[in-house]
Amino acid sequence: MQTGNLLLLLVAMVAAAYYIGWQKSLAQARPLGGIRHLESLPFYYAMRAALWCAIPALVVLGAWLIFDDAIIRSTVMMSLPEEMRPASEGGRNLLLSQIQNVASGALASDSVRPEIAGAADRLRGLRGTNTMALTVVFIIVAMLGGAWGWLKIAPQLRARQQVEKILRVLFMLCALVAIMTTVGIVMSVLFESIRFFGQVSPVDFLFGTQWSPQTALRADQVASEGAFGAIPLFMGTLLISAIALLVAVPVGLMSAIYLAEYAHAKVRAVAKPLLEILAGVPTVVYGFFAALTVAPFIRDLGESIGLDVASESALAAGLVMGVMIIPFVSSISDDVITAVPQVMRDGSLGLGATKSETIRKVVFPAALPGIMGGILLAASRAIGETMIVVMAAGLAANLTVNPLEAVTTVTVQIVTLLTGDQEFDSAKTLAAFALGLMLFITTLVLNVIALHIVKKYREQYE
Amino acid sequence: MSETTAKVRKSLARRYRQEKRFQAYGILSIGVGLLALLILFTDIIGKGHSAFFEHYIQLEISLDPDVLGVDDASDDEQLNYANFGGVIKEALRERFPGVDDRQQQRQLYALVSSGASYNLRDELKADPSLLGGTRELWLLADDDVDLYLKTPERKRPDARLDDQQKQWIEDLEAAGETDKRFNASFFSHGDSREPELAGIGSAIVGSFFTMIVTLCLSFPIGVAAAIYLEEFAPRNKFTDFIEVNINNLAAVPSIIFGLLGLAIFINLFGLPRSVPLLGGLVLTLMTLPTIIITSRAAIKTVPPSVREGALALGASKMQVVLHHVLPLALPGMLTGSIIGMAQALGETAPLLLIGMVAFIVDIPGGPTDPATVLPVQIYLWADSPEQSFVAMTSAAIMVLLAFLITMNTLAVVLRKRLERRW
Amino acid sequence: MDTARELDNRNRADDDAAKPLIDVEERSMQDTPYPEKTVGKPFVDAPKMKLRHVNVFYADNQAIHDVSLDIGKNEVISLIGPSGCGKSTFLRSLNRMNDTIDICRVKGELHLDDQDLYDPKLDVVELRARVGMVFQKPNPFPKSIYDNVAYGPRLHGLADKKYDLDEIVENSLRKAGLWTEVKDRLHSPGTGLSGGQQQRLCIARTIAVSPEVVLMDEPCSALDPIATAKIEELIDELSESYTIAIVTHSMQQAARVSHRTAYFHLGRLIEVNDTETVFTKPEHELTEAYITGRFG
Repeated sequence: MQTGNLLLLLVAMVAAAYYIGWQKSLAQARPLGGIRHLESLPFYYAMRAALWCAIPALVVLGAWLIFDDAIIRSTVMMSLPEEMRPASEGGRNLLLSQIQNVASGALASDSVRPEIAGAADRLRGLRGTNTMALTVVFIIVAMLGGAWGWLKIAPQLRARQQVEKILRVLFMLCALVAIMTTVGIVMSVLFESIRFFGQVSPVDFLFGTQWSPQTALRADQVASEGAFGAIPLFMGTLLISAIALLVAVPVGLMSAIYLAEYAHAKVRAVAKPLLEILAGVPTVVYGFFAALTVAPFIRDLGESIGLDVASESALAAGLVMGVMIIPFVSSISDDVITAVPQVMRDGSLGLGATKSETIRKVVFPAALPGIMGGILLAASRAIGETMIVVMAAGLAANLTVNPLEAVTTVTVQIVTLLTGDQEFDSAKTLAAFALGLMLFITTLVLNVIALHIVKKYREQYE
Repeated sequence: MSETTAKVRKSLARRYRQEKRFQAYGILSIGVGLLALLILFTDIIGKGHSAFFEHYIQLEISLDPDVLGVDDASDDEQLNYANFGGVIKEALRERFPGVDDRQQQRQLYALVSSGASYNLRDELKADPSLLGGTRELWLLADDDVDLYLKTPERKRPDARLDDQQKQWIEDLEAAGETDKRFNASFFSHGDSREPELAGIGSAIVGSFFTMIVTLCLSFPIGVAAAIYLEEFAPRNKFTDFIEVNINNLAAVPSIIFGLLGLAIFINLFGLPRSVPLLGGLVLTLMTLPTIIITSRAAIKTVPPSVREGALALGASKMQVVLHHVLPLALPGMLTGSIIGMAQALGETAPLLLIGMVAFIVDIPGGPTDPATVLPVQIYLWADSPEQSFVAMTSAAIMVLLAFLITMNTLAVVLRKRLERRW
Repeated sequence: MDTARELDNRNRADDDAAKPLIDVEERSMQDTPYPEKTVGKPFVDAPKMKLRHVNVFYADNQAIHDVSLDIGKNEVISLIGPSGCGKSTFLRSLNRMNDTIDICRVKGELHLDDQDLYDPKLDVVELRARVGMVFQKPNPFPKSIYDNVAYGPRLHGLADKKYDLDEIVENSLRKAGLWTEVKDRLHSPGTGLSGGQQQRLCIARTIAVSPEVVLMDEPCSALDPIATAKIEELIDELSESYTIAIVTHSMQQAARVSHRTAYFHLGRLIEVNDTETVFTKPEHELTEAYITGRFG
């Protein structure tokens, strides 16, 4: 049975377990003189039976689904004659997909070698058996669980405490998902990066100035020295992020100051949400805007004053990215500026300072740590931004600081390396993960520092 | 007048100029932000509005059974293999007699979309009695023709057509044999290499399934995690660690989640690529921090007096949470989730890495069918060379923005409606 | 008399509705009528500040009712009264700090020498340079001690050379009695000082601009007794060169530092007299009730 159908079946069985649990607890309460003589409310007895029915079955299902594919695949592989088993993982995957295509009928079985056709038959057979076995085991576990939950119902059973304990554990597991996500991220980028650094030296990667991942594809050529030097990508990322921050920081900060200190309440009520729309526009839209409107405009503008501007200039991507992060800077600045106590402003105004003098010389320095935190968060955002640069920045790794030329970034390369035809284990694919690791570490450090600063700042004025 | 006053007075003019300048910078900044917003929206709408319409060409078509190779129009099998292209070509040759050169004929045939045969088949299927007769029918124009007709007359020379083709189109236009109609197929079709046949139907359905998976996973998990952290977790180093973790995850670049999906879900767990189920899982992990953070904020607004009241009546901690805190915090949690879902709906980068960039023609039937999503469709079209795709992309963006604005408005309305002030 | 009382009672009723701040003890005093006009000696010859019929409103709530008062040159006048009686509001209207609150409106005739404080042509910046203010909570700027004091002179361009500025800073700190304590660490942050030192820093900051009047809004309420004593001493010394109006919660403080004392009650100025008179034989029943501690 399909997994979806199994889940539907489970819902029905859980409902049944709940119902019979409810009935049994009522039946047990009757001779005692009502449900108040039970240890817990009937709801908890019923719930306990339902949970006993659902949880073991779901655990079995989850474990089964994680492992069955790998087991079936290796069984099929093992059944092939020794000389046909490819040594590399890439070859294995190729062969497996061939077998799978035969099994699913996408490839005619007479067009391949008889061993493969046999393996395809075996694969089909194993899959059928697997589904059957899963269905049977799943139903049995669910029924046994439900029955156990039902059998144990007795007036003395502390059902409420047990149900609450289970719920608590479930809640905790949900909270752990956040940790698991981080662990998953670290593992996924770290392991592949280690494999990458087995092929390319970390020194070459971190300090090399040549980036041309394509060269490593040729079988007769080992990844030549300098081919995976990421410096041009780091520089490109920095260049575009710097342009973005040059736009976003002054504009965002001044808007926040004006809205917090000068603007009439009505103006604020209109302008603030309007500016925040900029943060809600999907990045792919900015990418389209940058690539099709801003970049050609800048190129034409440059040409008209005699400048040679690349059609995928860093300037276009940076400008649009800057517009995207204006609301980040302004909303964080707004928070920290309004957190500066009024007495501070009064002190300055009371000495005869004008409003702008008060803001520039008292409010701004007082809010500076918080604003710095906000800028760091915005920087992390700019460095990790993908779609705008994928669509509007270049692909070729240019080591330049000229904003009118095309540069490429870390995120662009990750996408480019992983969306083409992938080869497992090739340095080219693994390089994407190494870049991911760099990106993760950089943004993590920026975020930790920024969040720490902002938190300390908030505590200061609380 | 004291010495101080005199000096103060002297400095005033300069200081007020400064004040004015400072305020002007503020207004200028807000102006820059709002102007960027305005340009963005006018640009998108300006480019995209035309894609909601497409042009049809009227031709007199004789549905000759011999040319079609059909003798029974009620037989679907026959219709599927019928040579509709042949009758269309014939009709075009008749409309513009004297085109004998093979090269020129090919140019002529290019006026009508390759999808017009399907129009014709559907017409015939609906009314089998048409077979053998001659009828005036409206056929979908090719995208270049469509683009040419949409361009105002004085700008026309730019189009990708040769002079002969332009002449034919202008003849048709003058004779009233072209027509602009609402482009319904834009909403119902899947992707296609032919702009006039491409639509966002499959992408919308793909987005729908992806969002369903994301919502079903992220809302319960996020709310449960928030409840645990806010109500049950002991205050210790480990809880602090979880908290720092969540705050950091909220700021991790989205593309990193794509790497996670690729390495863990696809390579380790063996989930199929390009399916909404996988996209939903990745987006769940991405939106969870947002939902947890807003849900915790919502729980914090429930005053302790409510908890104490229930506890004093002998309710257990779990009962207090489920009976009192959760219902009161639910509106805030919903609002946060809608905002999180809006983020997920607009997300592109992680989905590129898990293979949702595939060229999807068929509308997916469930969360395990290969699919693409609306933002990825936008990305794909933005890369396409055909001029018509620019308008299509902008139109798709308009649809995406409409969804997002609706969701955010819903969140605002929900907050206004359900928010309780203590 | 009867009509006056009726009027008063009606006003009071309005006031009750408008100002929920009144606490229980104050309600118990409702039977005591307000005087028809301020008793005692609200006016002096050749006043520095001449304030007539001052009314202050927060949106529709009236916080100050028709207060008329003179502040004499080089005198220390203390404003006392129960909390929420409007004395801080009144003080803040003297250098137009109330301008920073959108809903606040001030009506009446307020003059500094011959200058109308609320003349639309008057520049608040100039006014605040002449009428300085020290706040309830010490609020040094997050800058060095030197920069805190130099802030005002720099703003107003009072010193042309670095040397002049150094001199102003030193003199101000000396006058504020802080010089010996901080002269070795002028460039460490002002926020690092103790509460009492911070408040003296704020006073130094204020007098660095050489104002004519210094307004002090409960300057000692956040300080310990020793720091308070130092500030009080300082106020006494400052009165030689400045006119000082101080709002205080502590009657002992008012008795110790001020020449004249004004008693406010629910936005009305009840009595103004020499400090000694107010504390030994108050003319009005409400004043007596307050200083004998029947409410506060």
